[in-house]
Amino acid sequence: MDLYREQILDHYKHPRNFGHLEGANIMSEEINVSCGDKIAIEILLSDDKKSITDIRFSGEGCAINQASASMLTEVVKGMTIVEVMKLDLPYIEKLLGTTLTPSRVKCALLPLEAIHKAVSSVR
Amino acid sequence: MFDAKKIQKDFPQLTRKINGERIVYLDSTATSLKPQSVIDKENEYYTQYTANVFRGIYTTSEEATAAYENARALTASFIGASTPDEIVFTRNASESINLVAYSYMLNEFQSGDHVVTTIMEHHSNFVPWQQLGEKRGIAVDIWGVTPDGVLDMGQLEKLITSKTKILAVSAASNVTGTITPITEIVRVVKRLNPHCLVLVDAAQAAPHMPVKVHEWNADFVVFSSHKMLGPTGIGVLWAKREHLEKMTPFNYGGDMISEVHIDRTVFKAPPHKFEAGTPHIAGVIGFGAAVEYLSSIGMENIRAHERDLVSYAIKQIDRVEGMHFLGPKDPDIRGGVFACTLKSAHPHDIAQLLNESNVFIRAGNHCAMPLHEYFGIVSTARASFYVYTTREDVDAFIEGILRVQKTFS
Repeated sequence: MDLYREQILDHYKHPRNFGHLEGANIMSEEINVSCGDKIAIEILLSDDKKSITDIRFSGEGCAINQASASMLTEVVKGMTIVEVMKLDLPYIEKLLGTTLTPSRVKCALLPLEAIHKAVSSVR
Repeated sequence: MFDAKKIQKDFPQLTRKINGERIVYLDSTATSLKPQSVIDKENEYYTQYTANVFRGIYTTSEEATAAYENARALTASFIGASTPDEIVFTRNASESINLVAYSYMLNEFQSGDHVVTTIMEHHSNFVPWQQLGEKRGIAVDIWGVTPDGVLDMGQLEKLITSKTKILAVSAASNVTGTITPITEIVRVVKRLNPHCLVLVDAAQAAPHMPVKVHEWNADFVVFSSHKMLGPTGIGVLWAKREHLEKMTPFNYGGDMISEVHIDRTVFKAPPHKFEAGTPHIAGVIGFGAAVEYLSSIGMENIRAHERDLVSYAIKQIDRVEGMHFLGPKDPDIRGGVFACTLKSAHPHDIAQLLNESNVFIRAGNHCAMPLHEYFGIVSTARASFYVYTTREDVDAFIEGILRVQKTFS
């Protein structure tokens, strides 16, 4: 039951930063082709365009996917784009507090991939 | 007397324990488990008479050729084909469909022609037609289903015209479990247009119910070994003799030729002209053993067993609040496939949590994205049954679902 710990279920049932962001200046969308899950990211950048001021996500997905998006959007607020681009799978696994089997890696990575896609457009 | 518990003993994987517990395999629609007799038969080729087919004049090569061709004869008789020559071995059902598409249909299409397939097809009976259509400017029209997942017979009359070259349809769905009335469909199609061909994807029918190609009166029937207790990497194409004669191979090489000269080549007669290169000899021989195993149980008995499981599963699923399955509720027209949704949990999470109690199911769109889109759902959690599935296995699935609900409540 390691994967479905209280913390993950809490983020799944009560996702943080879920919805749309008024005034967002970059956005992106990613699809998990193996199951059809979708995630959309909307980001408001700082005036100097170097860091993330605010972020929202929307879409549907499994608990791992949604919890990953919820936790990730919490931590990237205030981060510089350079810092965000350094985030990787081990970081996500640390956030989720678990290791993932190969078939679930994509679920957990999808939100990060969407964020990377969005911020790399301003670099 | 049919006894699934006794049958389980023939499948070595079902004796395996993971974390000290038995495994409940509910993904036979993706691939079936293999009985010991199939494993032994394949092994026998590798240990007793490994040799190439159709060329050696020494003992083991003669044995290998005889065993290979015996599997063809067993397959022919299993589906009621007129002669073994109507059976072509391919890599899988997908390749069988592509063989028909490229070796037959590609040469047949004329401008204005169209193809009809259904919304409930597996991608393997959908994408080849879509892609061929794009290449040749041929329209592909889609036959829809009712909300119950049953082909809407009323639409057929409008879909089949004098320009319809082929109807590609499944005998049983890998998502809704729907068993389609192929005999009736072929009769209607041939009445509307006697020249319209019918290809039947029997990948989910041949493993689970009696299939007699002459009763269906279809033109092409395809299925796959690994879904019916046989090895992976073996598919079957059955076609009426006249069609096989007309088809030109798209795969050239050894074994499929009778004469090669610098300026020309004479191909062998069907089916060998479609089996270029050294085939998967052990796989074909193993498949022959699978057909023998299924025949010894009797396909009517297998269908009756699965029908019983279907009735039982419908009752159990209906008791779970917030749980739904796609497809008809009448056990007479559905096979043992239950693609389910749960109000409280995503299919990935259902499959993952069930895995923790060794209940193996599939999550996703099951290679049938158009059907899921048609129903307006992204994915489902699918449990499927076979000859070794018991009511206890269905119970384990339901108990797992109740645990998932508890976790996500």
